[in-house]
Amino acid sequence: MYQSHVLVCGGDGCTKAGSDRLICVLKEEIEKNGLKDDVAVVQTGCQGLCEQGPIVVIYPGAVCYSMVKPEDVPEIVSEHLKKGHIIKRLLYLENDGKVKALKDTDFYRLQHRVALRNCGVINPESIDEYIGRDGYEALGRVLTQMTPDEVIDVILESGLRGRGGAGFPTGRKWKFASGNRGNVQKYVCCNADEGDPGAFMDRSVLEGDPHVVLEAMAIAGYAIGASQGYIYVRAEYPIAVERLKLAISQAREYGLLGKNIFDSGFDFDIDLRLGAGAFVCGEETALMTSIEGNRGEPRPRPPFPAVKGLFESPTILNNVETYANIPQIILNGAEWFASMGTEKSKGTKVFALNGKINNTGLVEVPMGTTLRTIIEDIGGGIPNGKKFKAAQTGGPSGGCIPAEHIDIPIDYDNLISIGSMMGSGGLIVMDEDTCMVDIAKFFLEFTVDESCGKCTPCRIGTKRLYEMLDKITKGEATLEDLDKMEELCYYIKDNALCGLGQTAPNPVLSTLRYFRDEYVAHIVDKKCPAGVCKALVSYKIDPDKCKGCTACAKACPNGAITGKLKEAHAINRDKCIKCGSCMEKCRFGAIYKD
Amino acid sequence: MASSQKKVPFYGTPKQEEELRKVIEELRDEKGCLMPIMQRAQDIYGYLPQEVLTIISDELGVPLEKIYGVATFYSQFNLNPKGKYQISVCLGTACYVKGSGDIYNKIKEILGIDGGECTPDGKFSLSACRCVGACGLAPVMMINGEVYGRLTVDDVYGILQKYN
Repeated sequence: MYQSHVLVCGGDGCTKAGSDRLICVLKEEIEKNGLKDDVAVVQTGCQGLCEQGPIVVIYPGAVCYSMVKPEDVPEIVSEHLKKGHIIKRLLYLENDGKVKALKDTDFYRLQHRVALRNCGVINPESIDEYIGRDGYEALGRVLTQMTPDEVIDVILESGLRGRGGAGFPTGRKWKFASGNRGNVQKYVCCNADEGDPGAFMDRSVLEGDPHVVLEAMAIAGYAIGASQGYIYVRAEYPIAVERLKLAISQAREYGLLGKNIFDSGFDFDIDLRLGAGAFVCGEETALMTSIEGNRGEPRPRPPFPAVKGLFESPTILNNVETYANIPQIILNGAEWFASMGTEKSKGTKVFALNGKINNTGLVEVPMGTTLRTIIEDIGGGIPNGKKFKAAQTGGPSGGCIPAEHIDIPIDYDNLISIGSMMGSGGLIVMDEDTCMVDIAKFFLEFTVDESCGKCTPCRIGTKRLYEMLDKITKGEATLEDLDKMEELCYYIKDNALCGLGQTAPNPVLSTLRYFRDEYVAHIVDKKCPAGVCKALVSYKIDPDKCKGCTACAKACPNGAITGKLKEAHAINRDKCIKCGSCMEKCRFGAIYKD
Repeated sequence: MASSQKKVPFYGTPKQEEELRKVIEELRDEKGCLMPIMQRAQDIYGYLPQEVLTIISDELGVPLEKIYGVATFYSQFNLNPKGKYQISVCLGTACYVKGSGDIYNKIKEILGIDGGECTPDGKFSLSACRCVGACGLAPVMMINGEVYGRLTVDDVYGILQKYN
C-alpha cells in the first residue's frame, strides 16, 4: 500500500507545459529520499484545468498544485510528502485567494463529470485501475443479465443524443441497425476524428480513459448484433493512438474483447484505423468510405449507414463522448441519466473552453447550464477586464451566441433556435477586440481548405463566399455584395451534399444575424470597429504621449516612422504595412489604431 | 503520375522493400487495408515514392491511379520527400515588402527546385510560410526551426553553404 499518490496530469496541455519531465524529476527525487515504496506517481489523463498546467494533485487531501516546475520538486518531496506540510505558493488559488479542496473550487464545483469521470483520476495505461472504478461491469451486466433489445430500450429511455454534432438520439440509431441480428455482418464504429478548431474533448477521453470507449463499443455491438468494431482516430493524436492500442491489447488479454466474452457466447473485437488529415472524414459516410481505403468523400443518404454503411453492411457510428456515457447509463439506469439536463437534452456535455477566457480547459456541465455560468463562474471570466462579445459554438458548422443570449440554457434545441449548434463542444469566447467578419472569414478559410471537392455548391460556393468576405475585410465591398452573399449562403445550405457543406455558411449567417452593423461598418464607413482588419486600420502616434525614444522607428521593418530623438514621431501612412511592431515596442502607449 | 516537379531519385534499399512486402503480407487480407499499408509504407520510406506505390498496386491488384487518388486526398501523405534541411521562407506582409520574395526566388535558383520540392540529393526542401511573428527581423527564413533574419539576397548562398 502506498501512503500517498501523486497524480500528474499527462493531458496535451500539461504535456506541452512540461509534465513529462516533471514526472521524471519527481520519480528521481522520490527515490533519492527513499520514498519509493510509500509514494506512487501516476500519470493521468487531462484534469481539465489546462490553463494552469502542469497540474499536480496529491492524495490524501486532493491538494492541487498548479504550474509546477521541476525546480519545485525537491520542496514538494521534502516538505509535503515527507512532513505533510502544504506548500502554499504552489497551490491553485482562485480570485478570492482562499485555499480550497479541488472539488470546492469554482472551476470544479459547478461541473458534473460523467463522460470525464475517470479523466485525471486513473492511470489510463492500466486496465486494473479502470476495472477498479467499475470498469467493464456494465459490459458484464449487459452480457449476462440483459437481452439486446433491453439494452437498446435503456439507451432510448435515457434520452442520450449524439455528442458529435447533430444530436441524433443514440437509442434510435441503434434500433434502426438492430434488425436481423446474427444473420448479417454488422459493424460498430467510433468517430474519433475530432477536427473542429478549438475542440479537444474527445482527445481527452481517449487519452485519459481509453477503456470506456472499448467497453461502450462492445455494449453497442451486443445491442445491434455486430462482432467487429472500428475506431477511426486522427493520426494527429499520437498519444491517443498509443493508449488505444495498449487498451485494446489489455482488453484482449483479459478476455474482455475477443471470443466468447464473459462466457456469454458473444464475440467482439476492435481495430484501429488512422485518419490521414482530412476534416471531411468526420462526416459519417466519408468516415466509412475512408475506412474502406478510399478517398474520404461523403455519399448521399439514404441509404443510411444503419441500412448500408461500412462495407455495404448495417453500421452504427457514434462519437467518443457519446460512448463515454454508455457504461454509466447501464450501471445507474436510464432514469438517473434522464434526471440531468433539460426536457429534450439529457445528461451532461463536455465543452472545450478557449479563446478570451481565464480558465482555458475542459468543463463538463449538465445540459441547460447557462453560458453565463460557464464563462463567468467556471471559466473565471474574460482576461484584462474586457467585455464579453460573443461565444462561438459548433466550430466551422456552428454560429455565435451574442451577449444578449448569455442567459439562455444551453441545449441542442436552444442553440439551433438562436442560429448556432452544439457541434462537438468547442466553445470559443470572444471579447470586444474580436472582429466578427474576420471570425467568419477564418472559419470559411478552413472550410474552403477542407472541402473535399465532390459537390459543386461546397467546392465553388464556399470559395466565392470566402472571396466576398475577403472583399469586405478589405473595404472593397458594396451593400449589394452583402445581399448576394446572404443569398449564396442559403443556396449552399440547400444544395450541398453533406453536413460539412450544408453547415459551412453558418458562421456567416450567424454573424450577419447578430452583428450586421459590423459588416455595414466595414462596407460603408470603411472601418473595422474591433481594429482587426488590417486594410481598414491605420496606426497613429499621439504626439502628446510620444517621448521621442525612437523605439518604434527602430522596430519598423519598413522605415515608415520618422522623427528626431526626444521629439514626437509620425507614421508615414503610405509606407506603413500595419504589422503592429511599433505598437508592441512603445512603452508609453502613444501608438493607437484608428 | 505526370508531374512538372523535379523527381528525386529513388533511394530505396532492399531491406526497406523486404519490410514493405512483409507489411503487405500481414495486412492484405484485412478489409480496407490500402490506407494502413500506405501509412506503414510512409513510415518505412519517409514519403510515398512512385516506385513504392507501384509495388503496392501490383501486390494488391489495385490500380495505381486509385492509390494516387488516395495519396493526394489526405494531407498526411507525401509524394515528395522532405529534405534533411527544411527551408521555409516567410512571405508574410512585413517580410514580403522587405524583399523575402527575392530571397525565395534566389533559393529556388541556387537549389534548382520549386516550392514544395526537394533537391535530388535529399538535402534541402523548400516551402513558403505565413508570418512567423518575427516582423522586426524581416525578411526572415527558417532552416529546421533556426531563424535567420534581416536577410539580403547576397546572404543566402553563404547560409546554404553552412549546411553543405
